[in-house]
Amino acid sequence: MTDVFILVPGRSSQQGCGINEGKFGETYQAAISFVQMNPVDMSRLGLEENDSVELRSEFGQIRLPVHKAKADELPEGLLFMAYGHLSSQLMGGDTHGSGMPTSKGIDVTVSRIQRS
Amino acid sequence: MKTAESEQPALKIVEDATCTFCGCVCDDIQLTVEGHSIKKAKKACVLGTSWFLNHEIEDRAPCYIEGKPASVEAGIRKAAGILHSAKYPLVYGLSDTTVESQRVAVGIADWIGANLDTTTSVCHGPSGMAFQGAGESTCSLGEVKNRADMVIFWGSNPAESHPRHFTKYSLMPKGLFVPNGRKDRTCVIVDVRKTKSAKAADIFIPIRPRKDFEALWTLRALAKDIELDPEQVERETGNPLSLWQDLMDRMKSCRYGVIFFGMGLTMTRGKHANSEGILSLTRDMNRHTRFTCKPNRGHGNVTGADNVVSWRTGYPFAVNLGRGFPRFNPGEYTASDVLARGEADAAMIIASDPMANFSQPARNHLGSIPYIALDPKETPTTRSAAVSFTVATYGINVPGTVYRMDDVPIPLRPAFDSPLPSDLEILKGIEAEVQKLRTGQQ
Repeated sequence: MTDVFILVPGRSSQQGCGINEGKFGETYQAAISFVQMNPVDMSRLGLEENDSVELRSEFGQIRLPVHKAKADELPEGLLFMAYGHLSSQLMGGDTHGSGMPTSKGIDVTVSRIQRS
Repeated sequence: MKTAESEQPALKIVEDATCTFCGCVCDDIQLTVEGHSIKKAKKACVLGTSWFLNHEIEDRAPCYIEGKPASVEAGIRKAAGILHSAKYPLVYGLSDTTVESQRVAVGIADWIGANLDTTTSVCHGPSGMAFQGAGESTCSLGEVKNRADMVIFWGSNPAESHPRHFTKYSLMPKGLFVPNGRKDRTCVIVDVRKTKSAKAADIFIPIRPRKDFEALWTLRALAKDIELDPEQVERETGNPLSLWQDLMDRMKSCRYGVIFFGMGLTMTRGKHANSEGILSLTRDMNRHTRFTCKPNRGHGNVTGADNVVSWRTGYPFAVNLGRGFPRFNPGEYTASDVLARGEADAAMIIASDPMANFSQPARNHLGSIPYIALDPKETPTTRSAAVSFTVATYGINVPGTVYRMDDVPIPLRPAFDSPLPSDLEILKGIEAEVQKLRTGQQ
C-alpha cells in the first residue's frame, strides 16, 4: 500500500520547547519524530494511530509513527511534521539558485511498515 | 550569591529582561533568579519560559578538540589554524548571538577570505532577494500596535512560532488609532493548513499547497482592477474569485494594513518569487490606502545578522570574500549550496545547527571537513566538530544587542554570570590568532 502526499514540515510549540531543553532530550526527539495525517486519509489507507510508516521523497526516506491530525487542521493529501533532522533527510541539496532548499511542499509516498 | 544565614542562594529579580528565543525579542520579562538558575519568567510565553528555565550552566567542558576536553586557548589556536590553512572556508550561522559577536565573525571571514552566510539563507533569504527587486514597504511593530486595523498573516503560524505576536504587537493591544484593540482590527490568515493561529482569525483562507504565487498575483490583479477568469482563479488557487475579491475589497477599505509573512512562502515552490509577489502586492496597495509588510523572523537575532553583514559587506547574506572584496550571489555563496556541492574545505559554525537542518548532501560534506562549532548546548553540529566551544548563553549570561524582527535594536539584560566563555571572547581570540597567522607574526 503506497500513496502520494505533499509534506509540509514546520514549527511546533513542542519542538521549540524541546530545542531549549536540548536536541538530544526526549521532548525534542518526540516532537520531530512523528507525522500527522488527515483522519480521512488514514481511514482510506487503513492506517491506525501510531502505525509505523515510511515517507519516501525523491531524495531520501524516513520511518516514523503516524498520528491523526486534530479536527480540520490538515486537508486531505497534506502531511505535517515538525522540522528536524528527520524531515531534512527528505530535502534535496539543490536550491534552484535561491540558497533555500525546497523544505516545504515536498512530494512523498507513504507506505505502512508496521501496525502499532 | 548566598545569604549567610541560610546558605541558600538569594533570589534576584531582573526587570525588563530580553527574551531572544524568537524574533519578537520581548523585552518586558521579569526574571526570578536563584544562583545559576532562573526560577520564573513572568510575562514570557511558553517558548520564552522554556528558553529562560532551561539555560542553566551546562555540565560540559568549555572546549573539545576532536571530542576530547581541551583548554580554550588550545581550542582557539587549533580553530585559527584550521581556518587559516583552508582554501575555501565557510563561516555560517550567527542568528542566535549578539550583534557584537556577529561583527567579530564577519571580521574573521574578511581576514581569511571566507564564504560568509547566515541562517537567513534558509529562512527569509528568498525575502532578502525579493527586497532588492521589489523594495520593502516597512514599519515597526509599534506602528502595527498603534495603527493597524487590518492584519494579514500569510504562511505564518505565530501561535506556535511567535506566541506573543498577537497579544503584544499585532492583534490584541489597544493602540493610538485602534483604541478598542482586537475589536478595531480584522485578522486574516492564509495558509495551506488550519494552524493553531487560525483560531485567532476573523477570516481563514485555506490555500492550495504550492499555489501562493498564483494567489498573490490574483490579488495584485484585483488591486489594479484587472478582469480575471473565475474558473482559472479557482483552479489555480483552490478558492473562488469572489473570495479573493472580498479580501481585496477589505484591504482597499482599511485605514492601515499590514501583512506578516512566514516560511510558508519562502520554503515552498516559488520561494523568492513568492516573497516578491507579497512585497509587490503591498506596494500596489499603497495606491489605495496605507499598507506595510514584514517577514515574521524566527531566531532571536537573525535580523541582527542581516544588519551586521550588510553594514560590513554591503550585502545581507551569501557573501563571498575570497577575492578580498565582497560578492553576493544566493545559490552560489549560500551555505547549503556551498556544502551540498562539496566546495568548502573548512567551516566555522556559530550558534546554528546545520548538521540537523541541512539537506543530506550538505550534511555529508560538512561531516567530511574540519570545522569549528560554537553553541551553548550540545547539538548534532557540535558533536561532529573538530573543535567545539561550549559558550555562555546570550541574553541570559551575556550582555549585548539584538535586533527585533522589525529592525529595532534592543539591549540585553543578563540574569547571571556564567563560568563559560562568551562566543564574543572566543571569536575575538580566533580573530587575533588569525591576524597573527595572516600577517606572519607567528
